[in-house]
Amino acid sequence: MDKIDLICIGCPLGCPVSVTMENGEVKEVTGNTCKRGDAYARKEVTDPTRIVTSTVRVKGGRLAMVSVKTASDIPKDRIFDCVKALQSVELAAPVRIGQVVLENAAGTGVQVVATKNVPAV
Amino acid sequence: MKEYDLVIIGGGPAGLAAAAAAHESGLRDILILERDNELGGILNQCIHNGFGLHTFKEELTGPEYAGRYIEKVQELDIPYKLNTMVLDLAADKTVTAMNRQDGLFQLHPKAVILAMGCRERPRGALNIPGYRPAGIFTAGTAQRLVNMEGYLPGRKVVILGSGDIGLIMARRMTLEGAKVQVVAELMPYSGGLKRNIVQCLDDYGIPLKLSHTVIDIQGKKRVEGITLAEVDGKGKPIPGTEEQYECDTLLLSCGLIPENELSRAAGVELSPVTSGPLVNESLETSIPGVFAAGNVLHVHDLVDYVSEEAGAAGRHAAEYIAAGCTEAEYRTLPVKCENGVRYTVPAAIRPDAAGDTITLRFRVGNVYKNKKIAVYAGDACIFSRKRPVLAPGEMETIQLKTGLLRDCPEAAGITVTLEEA
Repeated sequence: MDKIDLICIGCPLGCPVSVTMENGEVKEVTGNTCKRGDAYARKEVTDPTRIVTSTVRVKGGRLAMVSVKTASDIPKDRIFDCVKALQSVELAAPVRIGQVVLENAAGTGVQVVATKNVPAV
Repeated sequence: MKEYDLVIIGGGPAGLAAAAAAHESGLRDILILERDNELGGILNQCIHNGFGLHTFKEELTGPEYAGRYIEKVQELDIPYKLNTMVLDLAADKTVTAMNRQDGLFQLHPKAVILAMGCRERPRGALNIPGYRPAGIFTAGTAQRLVNMEGYLPGRKVVILGSGDIGLIMARRMTLEGAKVQVVAELMPYSGGLKRNIVQCLDDYGIPLKLSHTVIDIQGKKRVEGITLAEVDGKGKPIPGTEEQYECDTLLLSCGLIPENELSRAAGVELSPVTSGPLVNESLETSIPGVFAAGNVLHVHDLVDYVSEEAGAAGRHAAEYIAAGCTEAEYRTLPVKCENGVRYTVPAAIRPDAAGDTITLRFRVGNVYKNKKIAVYAGDACIFSRKRPVLAPGEMETIQLKTGLLRDCPEAAGITVTLEEA
C-alpha cells in the first residue's frame, strides 16, 4: 500500500489530502473536506494532466514571439517533451488565434494552437 | 485636436471593458489612450491559462482573454491611440499626452476613467543589502523578456516573494531550461493562489520557504549568489539560519502597487491602504467625473473581476455624461473596516445613487479560519456569510441589497467586519 500526499487546489482552503493506493488503484481518500477534493485527488494520482502554455518564434511579425497552448490537457509527464518540441518551431507572420502550430504535441495526439494574433510587418 | 466626451487612460483589461460598457450604455464619443504599442496591457505577457472562467465560462490564456475585448472594442469602432503617453491629468480633467504622430496635445473630456493598472515593487523599495549587479529583475520584467521578446534572463534562479507572477515565472523559467532553486517568502503564508503553488512549484519540485528572505546579494557585475535567512515573527533575520545559494538571477515578486502618479497630480484622494483612489459606489473618485477601475484602484487576483468592475465604471461614466455632468447631492455613508478587514471598494456608498445591489470588494490582513463576514448599517446586521477560510491573497466579493441601507443614519455609516462563525 502506498500513501500519496497532495494539496487540493479546488479552493483557497488547500486541504492536505492523502490518497491510499493498492495495486495502482485508489483505496481511500482522506483529508478532503468536500467531494471536489475527492475527485481532484483521484484524478491527480491516476491520470494527472495539464494544459501546457509556451511561446514559439515568429518571422516577419510585429512581435518576435507568439504565445501558444495545447488545445486540451496532456499527461503531466509529457510537459517537457511538448515544450522541447515547440522550441524548434518557427512560424511566418501573420499568425491568428487558434492557428495550429504543432499537429501532435510530443506524441500525445493533441494539437498546439496559437493564443495571440501577430500581424505581419 | 478633436475633443472626446470620455477619455480612458490605459488600454489594458480595465480600459477595454470600461470602453465597451460605456459604448453599450449609449455613449459614442470615447477615446482610449495606451502607452504600449498594442492594446491588452499586462495580459499580453500572461501566456498561462486560467483567465476568464467567470466571464466566458472557459479557461483562456491572457492574450486570448485580451483578444476578446480588443475585438469587441474594434467591432464597436471605439477609437484608441497607441504609443501614447499621458503626462498629466489636471483637476479640471484636462489630459496632457504625447505621441509621435500628434506631438504634445491636450484633451478636455467631460469624464475620465483611470485604468492605468499597477506596477511591481522594485528592488529599491525592498531594502536588500548588497551590490547592484545585473541579474536582478522583477518577475514581471522577466515574464515580458521570456514571453514577448524571446530572451531567457538567466540560468540559475532564486525567486524572492511568492506572489502569483513569481510562481508563474518559476514554472516558465523551468520549462525554458533554467534551474529555479528556491522561492523565498517573507511572510508565514504565500500571497499566491493555491493552484499556482501546486502547479508551478510542487509539480517541478521547487521548494517554497516561508518566513525567509534574502539578506545579501553577491556579485559586482552579475549576480553570483544570494544569502537566504529565516526571519522571526517581526520579519527580522534570525542569526545562524543563513543559507548560501549560487545563482545568476534573482527574481522579485514582492507585491504590486497601483500606479497613481496621474491621479495624485490631479488631486484625486487616495487610500493609504490600497494606494488607489477612494471611490464611491459608482467607482467615482473625489473628483466628480473621474472614475477608476481595475488594478489602479486596488490590485485584483482575477481579471474577470477587473472586467466586471471596469464595466461598471464605464456605465457610470456614460450616465454622468448623459445627465449633463451634474450630480445631485446624495446622502453618503462611509464604509468602515474592522477586525482584519483592511479596506473596501467602494469606501463610501450613496444609497440613493446606487442600483438595487452594490458590489463590495475587500481584502483581509491575515489568514483566518471559520469566520463570518458581517456587514452592519448602523447597528443593524444587513449581511452575513460564513467563510471557512479567508486569506490576504484572495479578494472577497459580496453583494449588498441597497434597500437595506436606505434607513441607515449617515453618522453611523456601514461597517464591514469579521466575526466568529
